[in-house]
Amino acid sequence: MKYLKYIIILLILSTINLSFADEHETQLQNEITKNLRCLICQGQSIYDSDSQFANSLKILVEKKLSEGLSEKEIYEYFENKYGEWILYDPKFNKNTYFLWLLPILMFLLGGVILFKLFIIKKN
Amino acid sequence: MKIKTFPLFLVIIFLIIFVIFYKGLNNSNIYTPETNLKKNIPYFKVKTFDSEKLIESDEIFKNDKFYLINIWASWCVPCRDEHPFLVDLNKKKGLEIVGLNYKDNKKNAKIFLDDLGNPYDIILMDQDGTISIEWGAYGVPETFLIYNKKIIKKVIGPLDSKKVFEINELVK
Repeated sequence: MKYLKYIIILLILSTINLSFADEHETQLQNEITKNLRCLICQGQSIYDSDSQFANSLKILVEKKLSEGLSEKEIYEYFENKYGEWILYDPKFNKNTYFLWLLPILMFLLGGVILFKLFIIKKN
Repeated sequence: MKIKTFPLFLVIIFLIIFVIFYKGLNNSNIYTPETNLKKNIPYFKVKTFDSEKLIESDEIFKNDKFYLINIWASWCVPCRDEHPFLVDLNKKKGLEIVGLNYKDNKKNAKIFLDDLGNPYDIILMDQDGTISIEWGAYGVPETFLIYNKKIIKKVIGPLDSKKVFEINELVK
């Protein structure tokens, strides 16, 4: 009877642990599919789309996660299959320097202008 | 001096943006996937259509031989249009045609083949569409020409006489 109590506690704990793990995996799966572009849809992510293509991709993401691949490895896998266009987050390379650096440049220049206008004028 | 630099700066920024947009106008905004990739074929395990036996991709694709893998489904209308071309290609020596039946009902697929003929040397079943994704496919129909376990040509959409000619040239 004493052991039975411990076994029941252990079983409960293990199911809680499992459900947490499941939830985490579903969250990760959703995050990954939100970052993948549905290549045959217009302006939709894999997560949003219900096309044949998107549904197959969702299944494959789930499979890859259960095989133990990390988020980064899954992105690399799909990039290798379909090219960089499938990723919503463009990588930092010679084609995207401008894209990534322009906002920072604008921010810095704006700061300089504001600084000149207000601080230097005040002084 | 201050008054002069600010408008100059604005003009330069404006010019840069103008040049970028002007260049962008000439780029096509339609996404066109690459079709000549010379990529290695993926490894996968798949059920065969006839016996539903699980086989590995290495058992299907051998070196020094041309293979044409065609993704098709009985519910796909363009597949009906391209089917006669596949039947013709099947007569070609040194080319094996592998069918990948995509998300289909087996009964309907059988009726489709009975009606239009079976050009495939082997048919594989892709019930959840994941094997097509392994191939980097977008949908049905899609065809890949393989030699030495490398994809040497990819046809997105139905085959037509021009594409069949190109395949024939490569297989020569």
